[in-house]
Amino acid sequence: MNAESSVPTAAGAVGAARPRVEGRAKVTGSARYSADEPVPGLAFGAVVVSTITRGRVLDIDVAAVQDMPGVLGVIDHRNAPRLNPEAGHFFGPDGGLRLLQDDVIPHAGRPIALVVGETPEQTRAAAQALPVVYDVQPHDTEFFFGHPAGRPASALFDGPVDVGDVDAELAASAVVVDERYGTPEEHCSAMEPHSATAWWEGERLQAVDSNQGPYQIAVTLATLFCLPPERVRIRVEHVGGGFGSKGMCGPQLILAVMAATRFGRPVRVTLTRDQVFLATAQRPATDQVIRIGANADGRLRAIDHVAAFELSPLAEYIEGCTELTKTLYAAPAIRTRLTAVPLDILPPYSMRAPGAAPGSFALESAMDELAERLEMDPLELRLRNEPVVGPVSGLPFSSRNLVACLRQGARRFGWADRDHRPRMRREGSLLVGTGLAATSFSTGAFPSTASITAEPDGTFTVVVAATDLGTGARTALTAIAADALEVGVEKIGLRISDSDLGPAWSAGGSRGTASWAWAITEAAAKMRGPERPATVTVDTTHLLGELPSRERHAYSAVFAEVTVDPATGEVRVRRLLGLFAVGRVINPLMARSQVIGGMVGGLSMALHEEGVGDPVSGRHVNPDFAGYHIAAHADVPDIEAEFVPDHEPGLPMGVKGAGEIGNVGTAAAIANAVWHATGVRQRQLPIRLDRVLED
Amino acid sequence: MTNDTRSVISLRVNDATHRLCLDNRRTLLDALREDTGHTGPKKGCDHGQCGACTVLLDGRRVLSCLTLAVAAEDAEVTTVEGLAGDGELRPIQQAFVRLDGFQCGYCTSGQLCSAVGMLAEHAAGWPSAVTADLCPDGPAPALDAAEVRERMSGNLCRCGAYPSIVRAILEEAR
Repeated sequence: MNAESSVPTAAGAVGAARPRVEGRAKVTGSARYSADEPVPGLAFGAVVVSTITRGRVLDIDVAAVQDMPGVLGVIDHRNAPRLNPEAGHFFGPDGGLRLLQDDVIPHAGRPIALVVGETPEQTRAAAQALPVVYDVQPHDTEFFFGHPAGRPASALFDGPVDVGDVDAELAASAVVVDERYGTPEEHCSAMEPHSATAWWEGERLQAVDSNQGPYQIAVTLATLFCLPPERVRIRVEHVGGGFGSKGMCGPQLILAVMAATRFGRPVRVTLTRDQVFLATAQRPATDQVIRIGANADGRLRAIDHVAAFELSPLAEYIEGCTELTKTLYAAPAIRTRLTAVPLDILPPYSMRAPGAAPGSFALESAMDELAERLEMDPLELRLRNEPVVGPVSGLPFSSRNLVACLRQGARRFGWADRDHRPRMRREGSLLVGTGLAATSFSTGAFPSTASITAEPDGTFTVVVAATDLGTGARTALTAIAADALEVGVEKIGLRISDSDLGPAWSAGGSRGTASWAWAITEAAAKMRGPERPATVTVDTTHLLGELPSRERHAYSAVFAEVTVDPATGEVRVRRLLGLFAVGRVINPLMARSQVIGGMVGGLSMALHEEGVGDPVSGRHVNPDFAGYHIAAHADVPDIEAEFVPDHEPGLPMGVKGAGEIGNVGTAAAIANAVWHATGVRQRQLPIRLDRVLED
Repeated sequence: MTNDTRSVISLRVNDATHRLCLDNRRTLLDALREDTGHTGPKKGCDHGQCGACTVLLDGRRVLSCLTLAVAAEDAEVTTVEGLAGDGELRPIQQAFVRLDGFQCGYCTSGQLCSAVGMLAEHAAGWPSAVTADLCPDGPAPALDAAEVRERMSGNLCRCGAYPSIVRAILEEAR
């Protein structure tokens, strides 16, 4: 496919609302997740995690549990296989992967031993009984802007920018907003706890693991254990959600491989729910200061977005919360800075809509504050600052349909009737308010391979190392392959979820479908070419390089209506509407589910989610679903989502990602609605009862 | 381990009887998953906080992670695998597929069992925390969206499929 071509597709599977191909398996309980695989001769591993935050392990008394019933043995830093310190991921080498390599404890919840036994009960009993002696050292887990350990964040992306003279423009502005916004640690909380089962078949390491990309994970695992990549195979049939937390080589997999190697039999390691909180990556807390200056007519003169996030010295990471500020609105002066604060915490990593979710909460709250001070309709303020080209990059937008989202959403929501003054609507004892937010999430593709084989019976076997976390990838890729080959979906046999299927991008960064679809459509084009080969394998690496530089983003506008009970502080979301420009929609039924699910995540972020650390012990105090609340049925209204016509000219089938855009914007829309109801700004998430309660 | 930490029990699951020798600590969830081959019920938290392990015990919804297997000996256990009879999906299962009442599917078996149990509770006249009229002789509360959401709030879904799940349940209720 030529870069920037418009792809004609036969009227067919793409664009049709079809139920998921694995739907029947999921409603009858036959869909197998990684802990469901029957494996003969299975042993179980129970993880022991550190109860101190920083220090050393002085002793682990293995003898105390060795003779307990069913115990096969204990692996700790004294007998664990040595791991390659160069292993890492997208951001470089990751010390978080180097488990059981020394006696150092870098954060609370760090795995320090694995007990292996015959049954889950026996193994768990021994793990709970295992005596550990620590040398406790002082720790620092308290994050705040201006922390002395702060240093410039890696500039791998979302690096600092300086366009125009921010200070001069702010000085010349009629109105300036200068406020500080914060978001807490948040946890991906996929319903499936991380589980891996590993065993050796001759010289080959086999694993079934819950992850977001078997090929990438296999490469990391091979590096970690110093194995040639072809000696590692990872499969993952169904994944019970990921949201970022299964994007890396997880502790369950590393420890299962260690145990399978040491005990010479298959070992399953499943994290307990509290270990999922303590030992798999979280979204870091952010602390952000935004200054926006505008003329009296609402035209922006400057945006200054300075943000800090927490990380661990073990691994580099970027919570790119200033990225949005570089593309969303036109302003002659834009400045961004991103600071990383190393603390004695679990290394954070991407959670659904990384950077954009906390960043848009700050930016879109600040824009609402600006509208308030200008006494202007917040919708009009956004429409008035629509850029023609990337405000920082100067690049054209590949396609930008934010205005359509805003206008259609406003019409559908009934925005025109809104009294923009706060605290004007009451229903009995409740205060009622509405709010909106505009937002974007970057889109694109990463290199992938795919193969297609024309079978003698007229069907096609389509092979790509994709994963389906619940995104609908199986169903979407089947439709894409059918249209690309100009056959019906019944002619497509799709194989995914196996690292042996070749290099492929993971399900992440809202780039899964676009990356895999590119490889499939490219292979299909060759398959239908004059040579009519029986099998085609393609690699899109070179094609990605030919893609011209553009501002490529999905867009949305989110509208919320809330009720607030000032006597209890309870905020309830009564209406939530999202309008989305996500490129061509492959399957409206699933895409709608995905963006609605994103909005549910945004609602949860706005009102409920807060990983609370105890500064004295340094430990996480709410690592379960009783203490860390995620939105439940009763929190969620009947959310509406619609798609505006959109097309991404640079990507196959015109797709953009839909996985993360739903999360972005919702928290700000709800916070702005709470202000509209109460007249009080909520600049720290979540919007807890005590932050809303009135005397 | 001495013999008195294990018990031999009969477990009836989806109309089949299983004779099992179990660790007394084994939960009903682990017995189903590890001993009788029913991996439909899922372990999301093992603490009764997420609902993914919900099964029906004599028709009532229970959290199988908080139920010891030995305590379920004389009961009839129905898991998600037992909802469809003779390969034909129940209408509520069909509604979940058609309306896309799930994404990753991990909470789905719990949502389905919980919904079946909840509809029976409602039919028996049980009120919920949002039922306006708690008079015992009054009419059964209408099963609207608010009632369904309240009664289903023990079943978490991180993909955020709640709106479609509620729609599917309301369709079944009609």
